[in-house]
Amino acid sequence: MATAAARSFGLTAANRRIGGKLVGAVLSLAFVLVFNFFLFRVLPGDPAKNLTRNRLVPAEQVQALRESFGLGKPLPQQFAGYVRDTLRGDLGISYKFRRPVSDVIAERIWPTVLLLGLSTVLSTIIGLFIGIRGAWRRGSTFDRGSLAVSLALYAMPEFWLGILLLIAFGVGVGPLPGLFPTGGISTPGTDMTSLAGVLDVARHLFLPCLTLTLAYLAEYALVMRSSLLDELGEDYLVTARAKGLRDALVLRRHAVPNALLPTTTLIFLNLGFVVSGAITIETVFSWPGLGLLSYEALRTPDYPVLQGVFLLFSAAVIVANVLADLLYPYLDPRVRTG
Amino acid sequence: MAQTSAPPAKDAELTGPAPSPRAIVRARRRRAAARAWAEYRRNRVGMVGLAILIVFIALAVLAPVLVPSSALDVTQATGVPFSPPSAEYPFGTDESGRSVLALTVWGSRVSLLVGFLATVISVLIGSVVGIVAGHFGRWTDSVLMRVTDWFLVIPFLPLAIVLATVLGPSLANIAFVIGITSWPGTARIVRAQALAVTARPYIERARALGAGDWHLITRHILPNVVPLIFANTVLIVAIAILSETTLAFLGLGDPLRVSWGSMLDAAFSHGAASIGAWWYLVPPGLAILLVVLAFTMCGQALEAVLNPRLRGR
Repeated sequence: MATAAARSFGLTAANRRIGGKLVGAVLSLAFVLVFNFFLFRVLPGDPAKNLTRNRLVPAEQVQALRESFGLGKPLPQQFAGYVRDTLRGDLGISYKFRRPVSDVIAERIWPTVLLLGLSTVLSTIIGLFIGIRGAWRRGSTFDRGSLAVSLALYAMPEFWLGILLLIAFGVGVGPLPGLFPTGGISTPGTDMTSLAGVLDVARHLFLPCLTLTLAYLAEYALVMRSSLLDELGEDYLVTARAKGLRDALVLRRHAVPNALLPTTTLIFLNLGFVVSGAITIETVFSWPGLGLLSYEALRTPDYPVLQGVFLLFSAAVIVANVLADLLYPYLDPRVRTG
Repeated sequence: MAQTSAPPAKDAELTGPAPSPRAIVRARRRRAAARAWAEYRRNRVGMVGLAILIVFIALAVLAPVLVPSSALDVTQATGVPFSPPSAEYPFGTDESGRSVLALTVWGSRVSLLVGFLATVISVLIGSVVGIVAGHFGRWTDSVLMRVTDWFLVIPFLPLAIVLATVLGPSLANIAFVIGITSWPGTARIVRAQALAVTARPYIERARALGAGDWHLITRHILPNVVPLIFANTVLIVAIAILSETTLAFLGLGDPLRVSWGSMLDAAFSHGAASIGAWWYLVPPGLAILLVVLAFTMCGQALEAVLNPRLRGR
């Protein structure tokens, strides 16, 4: 398959570039596996003991568990076993939940996807809009105001913003009652599939989503502003104006599409940052996703869950980076030839 | 080793007996620094940032003089827990009746210290990797850049959490974890500059005259890279302080010391949010905001001064 594909397209520079990126991504994933494996070995304590902590378990059973972890075998064999298990989706057993880590993660993945997906989309749209308006009217009140707000948002810990919003709109200040629920994903007992259930989830989603949107949009606005400012100095815009194009069209047809490129890659490359935000914000709002799961796992500490979540987050970010690399030539023809 | 002794001898021959080459270099560096400072002073944003920083650093250094350390002792706390701001406690009290103002003043010490320590580690690793990769090129470069890319692509917080959980909570460990996860940006920047410098003809000349790698790196590449590293360092402190706050908030900070992050952790886990005790949450958060903003302002001003390409923007 691969050779046939290479023959039909010819081994162009672009194909080699993509190939290089794919190899890089696979290597990165392999690094994550090796890292995870060795970390598991240097951890204090005995995994079998950790798993059976606070329970009466016969010594033979602990021994059997230890065997099943393969702790008696030589390191290369242990590593091979670990890789095989991981590829099969077996991430070990959670100390806290006493269930397979993959099951625990599968339950928690959708709330995180919902929260991160929605806040990423919202922050991108709003951030780009603010950045474009700021750069186009450089030095205006809007520009200076939005720049100051963006820098401040960028400089504050996002969970702190979350707690303040939680006090203001969840708990209520003084005579004002709380407008939104203070935590969780739904009111216990509501049917999630009914309309009332969906509205209930939306109400719970509002505050964490608002916090993350505010936390993320600052960077998008700043990057969009500076990359549009770069474009605005270019000669082709003078040409466009000289042709008699209206300002709004110059902006929409010429400047913005070019300025969007660096911002688009940033959105993909930023996923690592997005994931980090999820951990603290889900903790603040008790949003039952992977972030809260990581927090619970590190407070226990539940090492298998921590490792599983780390593996999943890393894999997600690596895949997103590859997607950005593959997408980029379609967005920017200059890369295709390069 | 024999190679490196040649160039200084030649320098001495060229400059004659009067000032030594080192003195000339020193004078030139002093002039360059004075020029940079004059340029920096004209940057209003940079000066505001610097002023804020000086206030906070003074606060951190003078904390033991301003507030007796007994104010941090839970057993000697005199206030009513979670009481709002009053004349006696301008910022109110925490869950055990300690003054939030005293905690915030003392918290500046750990937050800034971890920020600086982590930055030193990060910049050191980043600079060494960047210079070595850029100067030696070939497979050294490929391997080092592969590692750099890995650290760049792995999400920071999950990696830091895993490392901090394994190493255990302590001030040095937190600084180490932040340092070891935040260097790739520096390495990338330094490598690019080192590559550009290595390609210049005078490096070839120096090499032809018998200069070794050590001489080339310390005398030619490093002086060209240092301004970049310097501006980058200031920006990294901001990121390191934010990271310390996040890790401490998640309970990975030093349990025996007060930092702004650990204050937020204590406030949140003792339910300050649900009883609306904003006075416990606002001071540490605002302090972080101001310090990070100040470092960012200084860093951007420095970049504008030290990187001629950004001038006039």
